Amino acid sequence: MIMELSGWGRYPKIDAQVNQPSTLEQCQSLIQSSTLIARGLGRSYGDSSLSTYILDTRYLNHFISFDESLGLLKCEAGVVLQDIIHHFVPRGWFLAVTPGTGFVSVGGAIASDVHGKNHHSVGTFTEHITEIELLLGTGERVTTSRNKLPELFHATCGGMGLTGVILSATLMLKPITSSFIKETIIKVPDLDELLNAFANHKNTTYSVAWIDCLAKGKNLGRSLLMLGEHCETSHYQMQRKKVFSIPSLPIGVINKLSIRTFNSIYYAKTPHERTQTTSLERFFYPLDQIHNWNRLYGKAGFVQYQCVIPYSSGEKGLRDLLELIESSGNGSFLAVLKVLGPTNDNYLSFPLEGYTLAIDFKITPSLFRFLKSLDTIVLNFGGRLYLTKDARMSETTFKEGYPKWEAFEEIRAQYGAMGKFASMQSKRLGLL
Amino acid sequence: MKKILLIGATSAIVEATARIWAKEHHSLYLVARNESRLQTIAADLKIRGAHSVYTQVMDLNNIENHQSLIDTAIQTMGALDIVLIGHGSLGDQKAGEKDFNIALKELNTNAISVLSLLTYLGNYFESLQKGTIAVISSVAGDRGRESNYIYGTAKAAVSTFAQGLRQRLHKSNVHVLTIKPGFVDTPMTSKFKKGFLWSSPEVVAHTIYKSIEKGRNVIYVPWFWYGIMMITRMITEELFKRRSL
Repeated sequence: MIMELSGWGRYPKIDAQVNQPSTLEQCQSLIQSSTLIARGLGRSYGDSSLSTYILDTRYLNHFISFDESLGLLKCEAGVVLQDIIHHFVPRGWFLAVTPGTGFVSVGGAIASDVHGKNHHSVGTFTEHITEIELLLGTGERVTTSRNKLPELFHATCGGMGLTGVILSATLMLKPITSSFIKETIIKVPDLDELLNAFANHKNTTYSVAWIDCLAKGKNLGRSLLMLGEHCETSHYQMQRKKVFSIPSLPIGVINKLSIRTFNSIYYAKTPHERTQTTSLERFFYPLDQIHNWNRLYGKAGFVQYQCVIPYSSGEKGLRDLLELIESSGNGSFLAVLKVLGPTNDNYLSFPLEGYTLAIDFKITPSLFRFLKSLDTIVLNFGGRLYLTKDARMSETTFKEGYPKWEAFEEIRAQYGAMGKFASMQSKRLGLL
Repeated sequence: MKKILLIGATSAIVEATARIWAKEHHSLYLVARNESRLQTIAADLKIRGAHSVYTQVMDLNNIENHQSLIDTAIQTMGALDIVLIGHGSLGDQKAGEKDFNIALKELNTNAISVLSLLTYLGNYFESLQKGTIAVISSVAGDRGRESNYIYGTAKAAVSTFAQGLRQRLHKSNVHVLTIKPGFVDTPMTSKFKKGFLWSSPEVVAHTIYKSIEKGRNVIYVPWFWYGIMMITRMITEELFKRRSL
């Protein structure tokens, strides 16, 4: 079936031949016949899951086994995180690491090596994966882990689907004491105070800041810092929430005025500090209640710019970035800042110990030139961009930010991935 | 806990319905042709909460095995409360037009095998004086169309047969539900371009689940297909034959 597809940012778009295998044999025959990329829910923002031929994992969505004593869940790659949450939270288990949406497949979460609000304490998603079953370009199915073909494991975790098709994985779930979160929201007037507040709360399990990227001068970096801990009520309950859906809009409703208004009101209405009990869904997945929120940016779509700047030069780097973003007047509701913990052994995983900033930008004619100037700042401070959010970085920017790319390519060559697995993004970034 | 027999358990709609029942800890007996997929689904349903899951591999075109299939399921689970019949194939209409053997195969899978199962199950539930038989037909059975009238013929047979059976079994307190899905995005329809009329197996499954609880007779899923098919049926044959619908 040929269909027009895009990532979550709705840019770029491509006509793709999509196949939806239900069995290993079908996957093998697809790999044999064409160069392809695997795609789960298509929640990467740019072109990571786009290619002329796509292997859609939607029917590879079964739980395989669950060890109740250890919390080890083995499941197929197309299982959606929300599905895991709905089934295991009522039984007292939660994802060790969760991204900001439940609409991500297990395969996608591994390929992107996603992180969450607890990265500073527990690392990325794949740091809680014990084993992966991978279908290689040769058609062979292999099992890989930290002990078994470790270099293939570390290339696959965060490897953007370029080492093979992830068939299944074993996740270590974490026991929780409640399905509710004790959330504290602290209003912070500027960047210095924000970074101090992060440092003061480094022992808090979950932390993230919403940042008003249109504030300037002495208000630069004004934020709401959101902290969370699991409650200890031994009460487990998933709330079935009504969902809205944003209709298809001819033009976007996000512009300088609407953002400025929203940001000011949102900041102003929040009291200085407040603690509340919040449901798990509300705390981790606030936007999952609004289906198709990506349509708010209009037909042209948007890109999310997510970079990380190492700790040492973080404050200066963030200040430069925020000043440039503020003066450009671009930017959006969704600007998020978070402290990341130590980097891991994966070849292309994004996190570095430092600060990560994520901002949505509506696509405009001048946007890409502007983002290039942000790239320069990020690279100058030794940072890099998140591949999962990317739709436009240059090959040079990629290779400078990810020095292990050559080792990654060697492993791909060794396991027959070259020329077999490719996305629009991998081609743009000069991966073979 | 209910004892539920699912025939065609690897079909997307049946599997999605089984997941709802698994979550409610019912006991499930799965029948399908592909053994490895059947085992995958059985393991999944167990983790999702099914009280117990039994499997049987069978090509349902062999109708001589139907009686023993049902006997075994009853024996294994002790009794049956609900049956969902959802196996089928969307054959090649064009090939079937040229070669009736192909059409016959299609009619066997989508009609004859279903009528056979309905017969045995109808008699079982009649003797039990309770129970539910849910069968997946299709909107395609409501009016013959150039593009898929072989499939449509089979589904029309299923709908009509179920209609008669419903009347007969009503006296015995047995509920017969005819399910008529519209376009559903499943592996069976993977070659079609999807538009706004399409729905997911999960949505259809949820409606089936609810309709069994409520004791509905004939359902169109999603509901708007009731309107679409009402209008489609009203168009005169004179006009209809000139259109390519």
